[in-house]
Amino acid sequence: MPIIMDEKYDVTKLRAGDEILFSGTVYTARDAGHKRIVETLAKGEPLPFPLQGSAIYYAGPTPTKKGEIIGSCGPTTSARMDDYTPTLLDNGLKIMIGKGNRSSAVIQSMINNGAVYLIAVGGAGALIKSKITACEDVAYLDLGCEALRKLTVKDLPLLVGIDCKGKSIL
Amino acid sequence: MRVDFVNLVWYNLYMYNHKEISNRLATAIDCALKKVDDDILRLLKEAYANEDNPRAKWALAQIIENDEIALAHNCYPCQDTGVAMLFVTVGQNATFDGSLENALTEGVRLGYADARKSIAHPLTRINTGDNTPAVIYYDVVDGDGLKVDFLAKGAGSENTSCVKMLTPSKGADGIVSAVCDIVKQAGANPCPPLLLGVGVGGTMDKACLLSKKALLRKCGQYSADTEVAKLEKRILDEINALGIGAQGLGGKHTALACAVEIAPTHIGMLPVAVTIQCHSARHTKVRF
Repeated sequence: MPIIMDEKYDVTKLRAGDEILFSGTVYTARDAGHKRIVETLAKGEPLPFPLQGSAIYYAGPTPTKKGEIIGSCGPTTSARMDDYTPTLLDNGLKIMIGKGNRSSAVIQSMINNGAVYLIAVGGAGALIKSKITACEDVAYLDLGCEALRKLTVKDLPLLVGIDCKGKSIL
Repeated sequence: MRVDFVNLVWYNLYMYNHKEISNRLATAIDCALKKVDDDILRLLKEAYANEDNPRAKWALAQIIENDEIALAHNCYPCQDTGVAMLFVTVGQNATFDGSLENALTEGVRLGYADARKSIAHPLTRINTGDNTPAVIYYDVVDGDGLKVDFLAKGAGSENTSCVKMLTPSKGADGIVSAVCDIVKQAGANPCPPLLLGVGVGGTMDKACLLSKKALLRKCGQYSADTEVAKLEKRILDEINALGIGAQGLGGKHTALACAVEIAPTHIGMLPVAVTIQCHSARHTKVRF
């Protein structure tokens, strides 16, 4: 039976390989968004969203069709965020959702900060779109598909890829 | 004798209309981006039926469901609608009432109107805003025909594509082991199960181009050249013995198909290029 969780769930209870249905709030950010987040933190300025205890979904959707909530929205390759991720984890990020492997520096930072890495199915953009019930623009709208958005998801199917002890199923 | 050039042109050369090229290419791209190749869907269903690993089955079931949702709702199966790659085969007697390159570019722009705009300046990273320019290759052949093969190339898989310059002494064993090393290095990142396009021979760049052209072949169809087909089967078997599996979760299905294209090479070279294509293979052909 999958574990039902949201972003407030005690992630230290999760183990690599656990199957999850995630219902709650996630923020989308990918390459260019991460660069801005890290630059903002370096300047000591406030972020446009609450990073502490939050979940980031590595995704850049297709444009939203008229009358719909969002376009196709599958995960992108997490490894491209690896250079930025330890800084985000040190600043309170708890949950990362993406696809593929992570670097040893990210895994060490996850252990230090008690964070988890959840994997969604790469290339399942249409299926994941059907699990998104709300989408709100937050910041970096000039980045187009790379903008920071707040998504509400219902029953998003995920696996624990790497748990907060650093154990991985990949 | 006086030669009437006007009549020569009229009778011997076919003239293509640039607007028709743009419009037909745009329609074909729009349809292709919203539909995963039928052969891939069949191979995915076979993989699901033959897979024992429960995590890999979890992923394969979602991929199949995803592709069916995209088809039913006429939406993009994957948000990465890719770099537009065009492989143009043009007859040397063909003529055009405008710029062919501009007509193709306009076709890409229109075809990506509703899709994701993923093309950026490599240094400033500023997005071009319309998914152009496309990557275009031309082959000039006899006659006056015009054919365009379109391939949407996503970044997740392309970032793991690779070329190795082997020495001739490495032979077929070396080719197989080079492909295995590249796929192992890619791991879960390129969204397995994969399609592998392999280019062997030519020069470094020629091998890369062949590895892309290999992906234009009907998915799962082996080469008509029996030696090449033997190599394709061997690569596919060894890749699927790696145990990377669907989404890197383990199991028997790291790749669904492998296509190899070859070209003569230098006596001192054995270039091997691998284009890694994710399961979300979106491509089409337009014959004008």
